[in-house]
Amino acid sequence: MSSPADLRYATSHEWVRLEGDIATVGISDHAQEELTDVVFVELPALGRAVDVGDPTAVVESVKAASDIYAPIGGEIVEVNPQVEADPSLVNTDPYGKGWIFKLRVKDVEHVTKLMDAAAYEASIN
Amino acid sequence: MISEFKSSPLEAAHVALGAKIVPFAGWNMPVQYTSIIDEHTAVRTQCGIFDISHMGQFIVRGTKAAAWLNGLLTNNIAKLGVGQGQYTLMLNEDGGVIDDLIAYRAGETEFFLVVNASMIDEDFAWMSARLEDGVSLENESDDWAGMAVQGPQAAAIFAKVFPDETLPPRNGISKTATGSVVCRTGYTGEDGFEFFSPASEGISYWEKFLAAGAKACGLGSRDSLRLEMGYPLNGNDLSPKRSPIEAGLGFFCNLNKGEFVGRETLARQKADGPAVKLVGIRYLDKGAPPRAHYPVVSAAGEVIGELASGVLSPSLMTGIGMAYLPTEFSKIGTLLSIEVRGKLFPAAVVKKPFYQVPTQS
Repeated sequence: MSSPADLRYATSHEWVRLEGDIATVGISDHAQEELTDVVFVELPALGRAVDVGDPTAVVESVKAASDIYAPIGGEIVEVNPQVEADPSLVNTDPYGKGWIFKLRVKDVEHVTKLMDAAAYEASIN
Repeated sequence: MISEFKSSPLEAAHVALGAKIVPFAGWNMPVQYTSIIDEHTAVRTQCGIFDISHMGQFIVRGTKAAAWLNGLLTNNIAKLGVGQGQYTLMLNEDGGVIDDLIAYRAGETEFFLVVNASMIDEDFAWMSARLEDGVSLENESDDWAGMAVQGPQAAAIFAKVFPDETLPPRNGISKTATGSVVCRTGYTGEDGFEFFSPASEGISYWEKFLAAGAKACGLGSRDSLRLEMGYPLNGNDLSPKRSPIEAGLGFFCNLNKGEFVGRETLARQKADGPAVKLVGIRYLDKGAPPRAHYPVVSAAGEVIGELASGVLSPSLMTGIGMAYLPTEFSKIGTLLSIEVRGKLFPAAVVKKPFYQVPTQS
């Protein structure tokens, strides 16, 4: 799966889809492939304020727990209950049903500091 | 970095299969090839093959070999006929576990010991320091490639690769015409065998077993499979500070066979009852995968221990683990919780094994 061109990417392998001031966040296909078999997702509390780089959610495989960092600062306005019920969505549909949380973004300009798809692809190859 | 670790004689095969390689017990070993859950399921339903070349092999020979081993190991080696093996433990003077191993009687005066990778040097030093006349001890760990073929199809796969050989009976050992060693043992709870060949022939046997239908499996599923059976892992569930009585392995300690290192402590603990016991713990519901060192919390909210091992069981799809707990908390059904990142997940003390292997037809 190639990295969707309409998303931005953090070096810690989260993706961001910005719509207005709402950013949807998930982990990249590359990241889910590295983690394999996601068996548990710990979601952040609604209303929590996070800064760029804050550990915000946890994705766990059989072997390890991995922090998911906020790729952009803001307030948690929505979490995905579907990945809590069926964590394997993070593996099977990382850019769709496998999204993890949504933020109301503090500074939308920050998104330009994240990598575009081409830069991200280059960084993982 | 990589060079600090030993490489398995099968490493090239793992790289070719795209395995994820991690350091383990001083070795670079495959943790998984595709997915721990897929590999785990293959062993439970069909057949998997694990590289176990990192494990150690000692050969003990001599007219006094059996008596000498009986003074160093907990199980009664005199019970082994030629071709039979047994799970046993080697203890320090205080009754703590140095290592758990399988001792096979390969001949009347010849024993084949398979020890943990992380303990090869320490075991060998401990045993060498206690050598007696009439006994020889050799560390052949570097000479052998090892693979564990495990699962309901393992016997059929053996028959495909070795049409002219017979698998030894459960816990048994035999040698093939071509100088390899076959042991009807494993670490998964499934039927299967552990196969040791001269290191240089390892890859060719590995490929034969794959071609016969075994799926390559890594250390990740090896760990989840053994934990579903409640089998201890030395370093996690066994330590020099814990005795086999505390670990619930009294069955493998024969206190009536005569003197052996650590016997006194075991006898005392057996008489008085151990102060702590290694218990099986299972989540009551879904939850964050339990892992080693997570706190175990009593119903009253007090931390009473920590997990020695923990995993999300791929067969049961719930968290399981083992912990040394004060005996008062060791009763089956005792409610407690596992603390994960500050959150408590309700669990109970359960009987081991966690997973029941279906009876083989």
